[in-house]
Amino acid sequence: MDPPLLDPLPDEIASRVGEVWYTDETSFGIERGHIETGCASVENGNPLYWDEEVAQEITGGAIAPATMISVWFRRHHWMPEMHDALMPYQIHFDLKARLELPEAIMSHNLLEFGAPVRPGDRLRVSQSLVSISEPKRTKLGIGRFWVISQDFTNQDGERVCWETITGYGYRRQVS
Amino acid sequence: MSTPVRLTAGDVQKGDRLPELAHDVTATTVVLGALATRDWRPMHHDHDFAVNRNGTRDIFLNTPNQAHWFERYVTDWTGPHGRVARMIFNMQDSVYPGDHMIYRGTVSNVETDDRGCCWVDVEVELTAGDRLCTTCSVRVALPSDASDNPWKRRGEDWKP
Repeated sequence: MDPPLLDPLPDEIASRVGEVWYTDETSFGIERGHIETGCASVENGNPLYWDEEVAQEITGGAIAPATMISVWFRRHHWMPEMHDALMPYQIHFDLKARLELPEAIMSHNLLEFGAPVRPGDRLRVSQSLVSISEPKRTKLGIGRFWVISQDFTNQDGERVCWETITGYGYRRQVS
Repeated sequence: MSTPVRLTAGDVQKGDRLPELAHDVTATTVVLGALATRDWRPMHHDHDFAVNRNGTRDIFLNTPNQAHWFERYVTDWTGPHGRVARMIFNMQDSVYPGDHMIYRGTVSNVETDDRGCCWVDVEVELTAGDRLCTTCSVRVALPSDASDNPWKRRGEDWKP
């Protein structure tokens, strides 16, 4: 009989599938300077992000590119008393550590956008574990796939984004 | 600034191809993208870490910045009235300094929902040389005509 690929899934993880594991709020101010930095990095000349008159006419004021959503939850590289800062996809890193799967990739990403994010908004996110697979062997190694969702809302309770990612945590194959 | 593009539903048909977007990726491209997305992980700025610790060819574009490249690609085509509603992407290979990346998109669906919102689905491929790096399905709302504005939709009128 082949040895098991990995240890059984701990109850403390299996029992939390479908649950919210974390909530967090933006600590980094959403402001035009950083929106422009984001646009500059991909040479995005959309006038919504550079021309106040156009933004006012079309979107009722300045907004951020929708795909910058995760930016607003990333902490500074350093700040006072930053211990225990929650990371985007924190569950992904928790699972890697708890299941002793040192390597990981994120293979699939779905983003659905709602109300636009605007300078001055205060956002909130909740992270949930949607599913986790049985052990799977791939060309990368032996591990498990998991799906994590993130639900983002603004200070008015409007959903601004809903995201799911599929991660694969694994141990490298030893040839 | 020049007058922006304003694509409307009547301008688009299934099978239409978007103009290609090509960009020569440098280390600066990768590092700018990482810092703009506040992603401090070393595989996106530290060549030695990326190669000798992670075993990759070089530092590489991070996921949130790739998402922003896809958004920019589609809204370059639609103009500012185009409102991106959904993106699904699958990463198959990485994008490194020295790569000549090309975005190519094709309209796969055009429809109007029961609230009068016009949706266009675009399938985008990001390649570098002969490598397919990422595929991305983008759903974007377009004005149904010159008087419509998808950005005014909220609640039940916005169902991507």
